[in-house]
Order: sequence, then C-alpha cells, then structure tokens
Amino acid sequence: MRKLLILVGVLLAAHVVLLFVHPAGAASPAIDPHAVNVGIVFDVGGRGDKSFNDAAYVGGERAEKELGVHVRFIEPGDGSDREAALRIFAAEGMKLVIGVGFIFTDDLVQLAKEYPNTDFAGVDFSVATDSAGNPIPPPPNLAALKFREEEGSFLVGALAAMVGHSKKVGFVGGMNSPLIQKFQAGYTAGVHYVCPDCQVIAQYAGVTPDAFRNPGKGKELALSQYQDGVNVIFHASGSTGLGVFEAARQTNKLAIGVDADQYSEAPGHVLTSMVKGVDAAVFDAIKRVKDGTFKGGIYSYGLAQNGVRYVYDEHNKALIPDSVQARLQQLRADIIAGKIKVPTTP
Amino acid sequence: MSASAGARRWRAQLEEAVLPAVVALLIAALVGDVLIIVYGQSPGEVYRALLEGTWGNAYGLGQVLYKTTTLTFTGLSVAIGLRAGLFNIGAESQLAAGGFAAGVLGTLLPPGLPALLVLPLFIVAAAIGGGAVGGAAGVLKSKWGAHEVITTIMLNFIVLALLNYLTVAHFKVFDTLHTADVRSGALPRLSALIPPFHGSAANMVLFLALAVVAVAWWYLFRSRAGYELRAVGLQPGAAEYGGVNVPGVWWRAMLISGAVAGIGGLNFVLGYKHYYEDGFSTGAGFLGIAVALVGRNNPVGVVLAALLFGTLSQGGLAVNALVPKQMVDVLQAVVIIAVVTSVPEVRRVLRSARRRGGPEA
Amino acid sequence: MTAPDGTTPPTPDGAPPLAVSLRGIDMSFGPVRANRGASLDVARGEIHALVGENGAGKSTLMRVLSGMYAPDAGTMTVNGRDVTGWSTAQAIDAGVGMVHQHFMLVPTLTVAENVVLGREITAAGRLDRRGAERAVAELGERTGLVVAPGRLVSELSVGEAQRVEILKTLYRGARILILDEPTAVLSPPEVDELWRVLTHMRDTGDTIILITHKLDEVMAVSNTVTVMRRGATVGRVATRDTSPAELARLMVGRDVVLAGDAAAAPQHSIRAERRAALDVRELTVADARKTHAVDGVSFAVEPGEILGIAGVEGNGQTELVEALAGLREVSAGAVLLHGRDVTRQSVRARGDAGLSHIPEDRQLRGLVLDYSIADNLILGQQHRFSRRGAVDAAHVLENARRQIERFDIRPADPAAPARALSGGNQQKIVIAREMGRDFTVLLAAQPTRGVDVGAIEFIHAQLRNARAEGKAILLVSADLTEVLALSDRVAVMYGGRFAAVLPRAEATKEVLGAYMTGASGRAA
Repeated sequence: MRKLLILVGVLLAAHVVLLFVHPAGAASPAIDPHAVNVGIVFDVGGRGDKSFNDAAYVGGERAEKELGVHVRFIEPGDGSDREAALRIFAAEGMKLVIGVGFIFTDDLVQLAKEYPNTDFAGVDFSVATDSAGNPIPPPPNLAALKFREEEGSFLVGALAAMVGHSKKVGFVGGMNSPLIQKFQAGYTAGVHYVCPDCQVIAQYAGVTPDAFRNPGKGKELALSQYQDGVNVIFHASGSTGLGVFEAARQTNKLAIGVDADQYSEAPGHVLTSMVKGVDAAVFDAIKRVKDGTFKGGIYSYGLAQNGVRYVYDEHNKALIPDSVQARLQQLRADIIAGKIKVPTTP
Repeated sequence: MSASAGARRWRAQLEEAVLPAVVALLIAALVGDVLIIVYGQSPGEVYRALLEGTWGNAYGLGQVLYKTTTLTFTGLSVAIGLRAGLFNIGAESQLAAGGFAAGVLGTLLPPGLPALLVLPLFIVAAAIGGGAVGGAAGVLKSKWGAHEVITTIMLNFIVLALLNYLTVAHFKVFDTLHTADVRSGALPRLSALIPPFHGSAANMVLFLALAVVAVAWWYLFRSRAGYELRAVGLQPGAAEYGGVNVPGVWWRAMLISGAVAGIGGLNFVLGYKHYYEDGFSTGAGFLGIAVALVGRNNPVGVVLAALLFGTLSQGGLAVNALVPKQMVDVLQAVVIIAVVTSVPEVRRVLRSARRRGGPEA
Repeated sequence: MTAPDGTTPPTPDGAPPLAVSLRGIDMSFGPVRANRGASLDVARGEIHALVGENGAGKSTLMRVLSGMYAPDAGTMTVNGRDVTGWSTAQAIDAGVGMVHQHFMLVPTLTVAENVVLGREITAAGRLDRRGAERAVAELGERTGLVVAPGRLVSELSVGEAQRVEILKTLYRGARILILDEPTAVLSPPEVDELWRVLTHMRDTGDTIILITHKLDEVMAVSNTVTVMRRGATVGRVATRDTSPAELARLMVGRDVVLAGDAAAAPQHSIRAERRAALDVRELTVADARKTHAVDGVSFAVEPGEILGIAGVEGNGQTELVEALAGLREVSAGAVLLHGRDVTRQSVRARGDAGLSHIPEDRQLRGLVLDYSIADNLILGQQHRFSRRGAVDAAHVLENARRQIERFDIRPADPAAPARALSGGNQQKIVIAREMGRDFTVLLAAQPTRGVDVGAIEFIHAQLRNARAEGKAILLVSADLTEVLALSDRVAVMYGGRFAAVLPRAEATKEVLGAYMTGASGRAA
C-alpha cells in the first residue's frame, strides 16, 4: 500500500514536471485573431490517399506559404466526427472552413446556416436538386467546389484513341455511380470524337465503395481488356487502379491515371493522368477569403479554370507525338470555347 | 461483519483496484508527455487543449457524452459476453446492423408518430438487428463448437459488406451514403433540455444507455439467468454440474451481447443524424473491447471507461490541429495496456501461477 | 539399521551413511502446518514406503526433500552430506529425483524428446534425435522400463506415460527416486509391472521412496515403512515385522474411528422401504476414445443403505457417477430414481427428483471458486432460490447463515469467496449444499479427498446420519478404509464392470484387493 502511494507520488511529480516542457517551435493552441485562419477537415482515413485529400493538403500548404494565412487540419476518427471537426473550427472563429469530400455535404449546409459569419467550402459538394431537376443553391456563405471531370476525361479519351491504334480502348471504373459515370461519359465522347468507329470497353469493379479499394479486381479487369486487344485503359477507381497499372506493366501496355499525376505508379506505362485540381480549387477559395471576394454558390472547375487537365511533361512526352499533342490542345480550346459539348452521362 | 472488517475490505479494494488504475493512468500520461515532446509540442498545452475541447465547454462535453453513449453500449455488449466466458469481437458489425435495422424501420413508418410511442419499436428493431448477428455466432458455437472469436471476426466482414451493399444498392439517398431520414421516432438532442449543449450530438439515447446499464447490472448480478451466465464464464464444469445448460447460455449471451450493441445504433440513427449512414460506427465496436476490459466487465465500470475513452476520442479531435491523430491513437492504446495489466483479475491469475503447487491438495 | 521412531541422529558406527535423513522438518503454508517435526530415514538400496492418510504431509515432506520448498525448520542430509534447504537443481545434481502424481510431459513430443528435454543431446546445435532415442532405449533396457522412444507421448497409455516420467528422472542421473502415489492412475497389470521395475532398480542399487496410502502396496513391495499422521512422523518399522492392521492404526490414530474393523461395521437402522431408490440397469457409457468406460453395470441402492464402490482409479468410477448425475451421455441402459426413468433427463430434473451429488473434483465441478460461499451454497438449486427470474438475496443469505453454522464452515462469512477457503472448508460447502437440502439419493464421489482428519470424521458422521434418515447413498472412494468403514455392501469396479458386489461382512481388504487387481474368483 505504501509502496503504491509512493509510486503514485513519483509518477505524478514526473508528469507535472513534463507538463511544463515547452520545446522550441511548439505551436500555440490559441489562434491569432488578426490573421486569416482557415480550417480544413479531411474525410475519415483520408490523409495519405495520394488523391484529393492529399491534394487539398497541398493547396492549404501553398496558401499558407504564398498568402500568409494560417491553415489548420483535422482528420476525424469516425463518421460522427466530421460535423464535430467542422464545428470546432467554426467555433474557434476560423474565417473559412473546408470539408474535403462529398460526404460533408449535409454537415456543411447545416453549419453554414448556424454560422452565417463564417465562410464554408465543400470539395466535390453534392448539389441537391428540386423536384423540377433544377439545382438548389447552397447557403450564401457556402461555396460548392465542383469539377467538370467529363472535360478532362474527354481529352484523355481522344488521346487514348489516337495512341492506341487498335480501334479498342478500355475504361475501368470503381464504384458504379453517377460521379464515375461522368468520367466514362466524357471519355467515351472523346474517343468517338476522334475515332467514330472505335469501341470503348467500359467495366466497373463493383457497386459499393469497396470497389475503390480492390486492386485485385482492377488487375483482373485490365488483363482481360488487354487480352481483348485494348492497348490503353483509363481508370477512375481509386486504389483499384493500382491493379490496372500492374496489368499494364505485366502486358507492356498503357494506362491513364486519375485525380493526381500517377506517373510514378508504373513509369513508362502511364500514358498520362487526368488530374483534378483540388489543390487549385482549395487555394482559390482561400485566396478569395483573404481578398475579401468570397461568395457562396456553385463553383465549377473545368478545363478553362485549370480545374481539370491532363499531364504532359518530360516523363510522358516520349509517349505522345507532337501532332497528337497539337490536336489535344485544339480540342481543349474548342471545349473551352463551347464548340464541343461534353456529355455528363453515358 | 464488524465495522473494522468493512473498513479492511474497503482498504483492500483501494489497494487492489483503485491505486493500480491510478498508477496505470499516470504511466499512460507520462508516455503521452514523452511522445508529445518528441513531436515538438508542449504537453501542458496539448493536455490543456484536450481538456478545454472536452470538459472545458458545453459543446465539447456534449460530444464526449455522445461518444460515451455509443461506447457504453458496445462496452456493455463485450462485457456481457466476457462474463459468460465469450470474447465477442463482433460489436462493430452488431452495432452497424442495429443501426441499419432502425434506419430502415424509420423509413417505413408513417410520418408524424410521437417519438416515445415508436421508441420501443426502434429498440426492438435495433436489438433484432444486432442480436441476429451476435446470436448467429452464439448458435455456431453452441451447436458446432465454432470458436466465437473466429466467427464474430468473420461476421464483421460479412455483415459490414452486406450492409454496405444494401445501403448503396437499395436504400441510399442519391449521391450520399445514407438512407432517407426516419419519418417518425427521431429523438431530441440533449440541448432541448440543457440549451448550452447546442450543436453537440448528445441526445436522449444517453438516458436509454443508462437504463440499459441498470438492466444489465440487474441481469448479471441479481437475476437467476445472470447467476448461471457468470458461473458458465468462470467455471463451465461447475455450471454444468449445477444444472446449467452451458451451450444454451452461450447462445443466449451472444444474442444479448449483440442486441445491446445493436441498440447502440440508435444513438446515431434516432438521436443524431436521423438516418443510417454506411460506416457511421467505424471503430466504436472495437473500442468497446477496450471499454469492457478497462471497465472490468462491470456495467458501472463500463460507463466510467466509456467516459474515459469518449473523452480521449473527442479530445483527440480537439488537439488534432497540434499533434497527429495517430498520437492520440497511441495514447489510447497505452491507456488500454496499462489499465488492463493493472486490473486485479489479471494480477490474480499471475499470482496463482506463481503459487501453483502450494500445500498438498 | 532400523532406527526407532526417527528421532535418533544418523550416526551408525561404521555403517554406510543413510541415503536420506530428514530431521524435525517444519513446513507451513500460511495457517496450514503441513509438516510439524517430521522425520524420515531411508537406507541405501531399499524401497521405503511413506504412508499416511490424505493430508498427512507426505507429499510436502517429499517436496522439501526434492528441493521444491525450503523447510521452515529442521535438517536434511543426503548420503551423509548436509543439504538443508537446497534447490531442485542441486537435488537433481545430487541424484534425487521426484516423479509427480500429475505427469509433466509434452504430449506433442516423442518419448525420447520428452526424456531428454532440458538436457538435450545436440549435434551442431540441432537436437540429435537418433542419439536421444538410442540413449533412451539403452536406459530402458537397463532398468526394464520399456517404452518405444519414437512414439508420441499423446499416444501412450497412462502406465506408459508414467514409465516415461520415471525414465526422465533416471535420465537426469537420479539414484534416489521419489514416487508420489504412482498407482493411483494405473490398472492392476500396470501396477504389477511397476513393482517389477522398482524391485529391479532396488536390486541394482537404487533407493526408492514410495508415497502411498494403500497398505496392500506397502506390504507387497517395500522393505521399510514410515508412517505419518497430521504432519508428523509417528512410526518407522520393517515391513516384515508389521501388519496392515498395525499400520492402519498408526495412520489413523487410536482416537479416530475410521478403520474398517468389524466393530465399526454399520448398523442398519431404517430398512423399512425395500424399493430401490436408485436403480441402474445395464448402464454403458462411452468415453472419449469410444471404448466403454462403463460396460453394462447393474445395481440398486435402497433407502437407508450405503453402497460403496471400491477400485483403482480409472476403472470407470468417474464415468459411472457422471452418467448417473446426468453430466455424461449414456450409450445404453437405464437409470431409475424411485422407479422413474431419468436416463434422458437433465441434471436439474434429476436434482428435482431428489438426487444429490458430491462431485469428485470440487475445484473443477463442485464449486465456482470465485463465487461467494453463499452463492456456492445454492449452486444447482438456483431455481429454488429465485422468484420471477430474480435470485432472492435474503433467502440466499439466510440459507448461507444456516448452513455455515450447521456445517461449521470457516470463515463464517457468507460473502467470502470459496477460493479463499482451505480444501476442507471448500468440501464442507459442497457437503452442506448437497446434504443440507431435500434429497433421497446421494452420489458421494471421493467425499473426503484432500481434507484433514477432523473434516473426514465430520463428513463420515454426516453420511452415517443420512443413512439413518433413510437416504440411499452411493459412495465411490479410492480409500479402501473409507469404503469399508461406511458401506453396507461393497462393489468392486474393474475395467468398467462390477467385479464383485459383497455384503460388508464378506468384504475384507484382502478380498477386495484381489478383485481390484482383476484376480477375481479368489474369494476368502
């Protein structure tokens, strides 16, 4: 008994001493009321996805460096933490609070109403429609950051058809859902625009979110498509796409990445990537807040805003002939100018 | 017995149970200090932020209570299993199944029924949802001797995938991962009673949890079924000798364990969001194992342990801007290890191993 | 070289020193004094029997000798050298080895691997399996302990496993071998084989100390006998100069009437009702290996009668009792309680029909060790102590107070956990529960195993009272003295069958012993 009491005393003393240790460079938990403070909330388990959560992080970091704002990040522990994390930031007096992922939609709408003096933004925010099918605008202090994935997909579709030489091109989707169907629709339209008699083989890994996390299935689908005479496959399937790259490496064929530049996943076999500019959209939203020009509403990022683009750099130049690159630039200009209408459903 | 015997027992209790737990928590805190310093932050500031974000304001406290509510159900679920000698690893999927059953029921009811009137229906639905999953593991053990650890782990995979499929393919609202709002039965938030809790997810299911704790305590320690259940958990041979149908207790215990976890789903579905969302309970079932162990399988201990882990969980969110989330996870793990090794039951086992072969038997 | 009563120091002029000499050994475990001034002198090259009742302190004394415990007081010499308080490692180095009652073998290893475990023959860091097998085969040949070295221990019979235990001890160089109740688990042919081996070892110069409480074994194989009672040495005699009767008197003490003398033969009081309370017909019980542990046994017990079942352990007694209690499935035959067939009924239904059961293992079956005394006192009758699903706490407490007082359970605290009680008091809980309730038939399996002498006397008195009240009692005991002291009729179980059922008057130790070893038909 006495020994235990002494042990309690010693441990307590050590703990109290350590409480006062203050390493150099330690951040203060209190926020600076004079600065522009921004809070970004990732999805559960989102950090490290090498896709849009990480891209949002990059955008936040860049804003901190270039705009001198203060950015804080939270990665929630479970589903009910999403709202809590947004709320913590709002209650702390952040100027802008960003939720990364369509899953934040309901929570953002609710909080935007409760905190009318705070600005909110939602990446991939899902805009509700009324009974007539018209979009219901979000609250005035909430920006819906949307991307016209179909436009970027159109360009990589045209590229696949021009480089593939086999009249057959492939598409591997993750979960079969309206979002991914947008990729498929743009891609197919791009293929047929440059090669009307080409065939697009489109397959999905499943109907549940797990279809975004199934590399084995991705590889299986890709191998069968390559076997079928396909030379290029575009994947829009999260980490399922890692299997697509593996199949490309194994059969010495080509694949197209998605969301971020995925060249490094299979160097030499990644024709290009259809990059979603989440970092740019996040940076843009922060910049507007700092400049005092932030407004709620639907922001749609397409080719014109560099919200979607395809990768063309020193890594993959060799795979894309100059004539093809020139044709793609022309197509891009046509889409921006409205000369080409890209469909959003297959 | 005399007053001095009572005092002695109290003193022994202090020495056996309370002080070791205090030591364990202090050791966990020290490990946390070192981790935080190594990361380059000040422990004082981090702990202050943790307390401020939880017990320091009404919203934080509300969030702690919300998390405590779910963890009380899952912790109780695991504890009831352990009292019967069964290790239910399946609270994760039982909780989800209970929530799903309640969410689907909510979309089927006619709108506008009084919440108190339909609450029993929801409790039954959630209990059936979770109980079916737990009971399945129980029957597999009773009839064919399949080990419950294996079956509950496997059922986690199967049930979570199935619920995911059902939600996505049949029940979800377009462009979301959740079902439609329940049409009746939504319960008010705690802020309806205590306005400062405004915005926090704490809700009336908290009181349901406390009621279930009371019933569970009575069941385990005052009912005949509980007497038999605990005997099976401590010494199956003696229980069998005492006329207890041991396999029968096994499946009933798993059924109850699953049902209790399932009712926990109401905290999210009726109390918070008013719909079932795929993955709403990620981790709460597994954390329930820690809650049960730290709470020493006692319903009251489970509430206290749930409060501790609820605080750590919400506090982790509050300090996430200072230290990475993984650090709070590590801290949580250290608390579990420290407290579990300090509980008297574990130490008694160690001691009796040392003393084996005493006077000739 | 026979020393009187073990109080003289070992100073035999010119004679070789004693193999073992223990003097005035005290050994306590908390409040339990297992040895109080115990002494033991063992000459070289003899088989020395150490006898006494359960709980007399024999095993403790031998554990002191083998270095497992350091004595609280007293001196120890081995081959003339003072070794007081040595360690097990030192004891093994000096050639003292103990073969335990409970085997400590690894079932998934072979015989040879078990024997050399801890002293492996290695070749370049790897176990030399062939070398080990050769060494074990040679050792077996030399000692007559023949077991195929390559077989898995899990495949061995109990007798073979015991041989492996002995081999293991000899392999470590033991010349003084202590055997703790070696025959408790053996079949009669295996016992004979063991005696042959031990005699052979003695003749080649080894010293053997044999712990037992069975007098026929003492007479059959030993040279010298030391008798212990209640922790102390009470006598040392040459086997040829003594008789079972004298040894029994020494073991039990004159004051306690336990011995199976004719004078203690039971008086029949109530035999009015002649209908059998327990009627067993052609009962067959399969064991785990699908052989018949109980093979077509029939018998009946009448009200006011104690039927004793004697026999070497492992001949089906455990299975018989468990089958009667409803704990083990019956493959054929019937069990009737008061003429009602209960063969397919649950434990609880049989209990409600008047069956009480004192199980042979109180720690495994008879008690929930972590439950309080009060809670243990209702085990099996919890439904009688409940109202509308709830246990009636006041009723349970009242019952506990009454039983604690009536059966003198200590400590007299209903809330104390059963684990904290001594073996005797634990057994009293079981006895109180099973005999303090309404019952008509009692299965009493090893009712006094591991309890002290005072408690034995008390339990025997309870059994006699129950008989006087007209209860039918089936008594199963490994202790022949106990069976003879209490029974009206004695059955001998051998190989799953009743080898004989004898009236008390015809049942003598010699006759029973003959039946127990399978040598039936050799009646007195």
